[in-house]
Amino acid sequence: MRTIVAASAVLILAVLPVAAPWLQFVLTLAIAKGFAALGVAVLLRAGLISIGHAMFFAASAYGVAFLARAGINDLGLLLILSVLAAALLGAIAGLFLVRYRAIFFAMLNLAVSMVFYALCAKLYSVTGGTDGMTVPVPAVFGVVLGEPTFKSVLFYISLALMLLVGLAIQRYLNSPLGHALAAVHSNEIRLEYLGIPVWAVLLVAYVVSAALAGLGGAIAGFAIGRVVPDFAFWTASGHLVLIAVLGGIGGVPGAFIGALFLELLHSVAVTVTDAWNLIVGLTLIVVIMFLPQGFYGLFSRKEASSL
Amino acid sequence: MTRPILEARGLHVAFNGVKAADGVSISIHDGEFLAIIGPNGSGKTTLLNICTGYIRPGSGSVLLDGHDITHLSPRAIARRGVARAFQIPQLFSAQRVIDNMMLALAAKDGLWNAIRPLDTGARRAEAKALLDLIGLADDTDRISSTLPEGHRKLLDIAVALALKPRLLLLDEPTSGVSALERFPLMEALMSALRQRQITALFVEHDMDVVARYASRVLVWNAGNIMAEGRPDQVFSNAQVRERVIGVA
Repeated sequence: MRTIVAASAVLILAVLPVAAPWLQFVLTLAIAKGFAALGVAVLLRAGLISIGHAMFFAASAYGVAFLARAGINDLGLLLILSVLAAALLGAIAGLFLVRYRAIFFAMLNLAVSMVFYALCAKLYSVTGGTDGMTVPVPAVFGVVLGEPTFKSVLFYISLALMLLVGLAIQRYLNSPLGHALAAVHSNEIRLEYLGIPVWAVLLVAYVVSAALAGLGGAIAGFAIGRVVPDFAFWTASGHLVLIAVLGGIGGVPGAFIGALFLELLHSVAVTVTDAWNLIVGLTLIVVIMFLPQGFYGLFSRKEASSL
Repeated sequence: MTRPILEARGLHVAFNGVKAADGVSISIHDGEFLAIIGPNGSGKTTLLNICTGYIRPGSGSVLLDGHDITHLSPRAIARRGVARAFQIPQLFSAQRVIDNMMLALAAKDGLWNAIRPLDTGARRAEAKALLDLIGLADDTDRISSTLPEGHRKLLDIAVALALKPRLLLLDEPTSGVSALERFPLMEALMSALRQRQITALFVEHDMDVVARYASRVLVWNAGNIMAEGRPDQVFSNAQVRERVIGVA
């Protein structure tokens, strides 16, 4: 049943831009943010809230821009290298950050990301400062495409990646390592007495979450065609937490459901009122009060309650 | 006698001037079921905390198979085959009983796998066999926070057994367990220990349990060992009867 629901949802997403072409950009961006929110959701399983994951989102997008400037012009290669760069940055930051818990973890992530933001904004000669950097249209499997065609290809590649990466992350969360991650939230003492190195479990999760945010950032960079320091600003990180909580952390689809909901809500709300944040805020209050498992809880109450 | 599995030499520990261990030395040998009895606050749990690396002694050392483990972490000691069950059960409360067990089994073998599921047929079967043995067969799919205290205690012991330890340290295994369940629990525990050839040390307040199951008893009082020997020898010691058991 769940497979049918998921397949139908993906099919609907795939045909939506055909019916309403303006949706293609919105949906691509939603999937990109969904990847990053999934990264945040992975850490939320361990009870760790990162208010700094926009750093990895931005780092990967800057990575694409730098690599393109260096002459690499293949979409696949650019995606892989930029995600690896985000993962590497995650490993370095994670080594230091996974030692902390609760508010200290949240604030240190925020602090590190703001240092990154400041560097991006101030190192004008390297990053273009607040003007940012251009992300040119790359070749896809050696084929040079026009911008509109590339944006369509990017959307469908993003959709496919959402499925493939989503399944891989679901496997990870169901694996012993994924269960150990959720157990960090429950009882670190027992984990230590089982001989499980909590820091290593968290470091793996942190690297995975950074890579996911990186994948989202690279896709967003391609979709927008530009990367600016605001990608890394703390409000962008807060936005990712918002998406993860709205969508629900009980399952992988939650992050994407949350991202799609917020992007679509934003697109519609801004045409009605300037105060679209009011609508988003009210929605969040309703979700927290009545859907503690997020939107995903509507689809999978039993599974969410077992985690 | 053979070399002890675990040996503590000259342990000194004090908390705010109160001595929990004052030059204590103990040893436990293969196949023993060593009971430690003594008044509340006399330092029994502190001994378990030291032996598992949770706290460091002021001086003295702990040897496992002759190797110094005094400064190792609980994680490193667990990986050397020493498991622990707690006075207050330490469980993954948000997870199901079976998941607690399967994660403990995976911790021993197969944790670093991010592809295969935790719930494999073989691992589930092994977890269920242990739950059957300890008397939790009916609770397999319950969230562990919803278990009654006695069952949480049993699960804590089952989780420790899942590590397939050589040495099991139990802190008051029967506390919080109803009088009716106490002896069935001990029978299940003893049968698991014998079947798996696990040596055990347990802190206990129930003297009936100690008398029936312990192979040797250590009486701990004010940071020192007051008496030591077979249960019948220790229980006939007038000093022990007066100060620890409360019978003159």
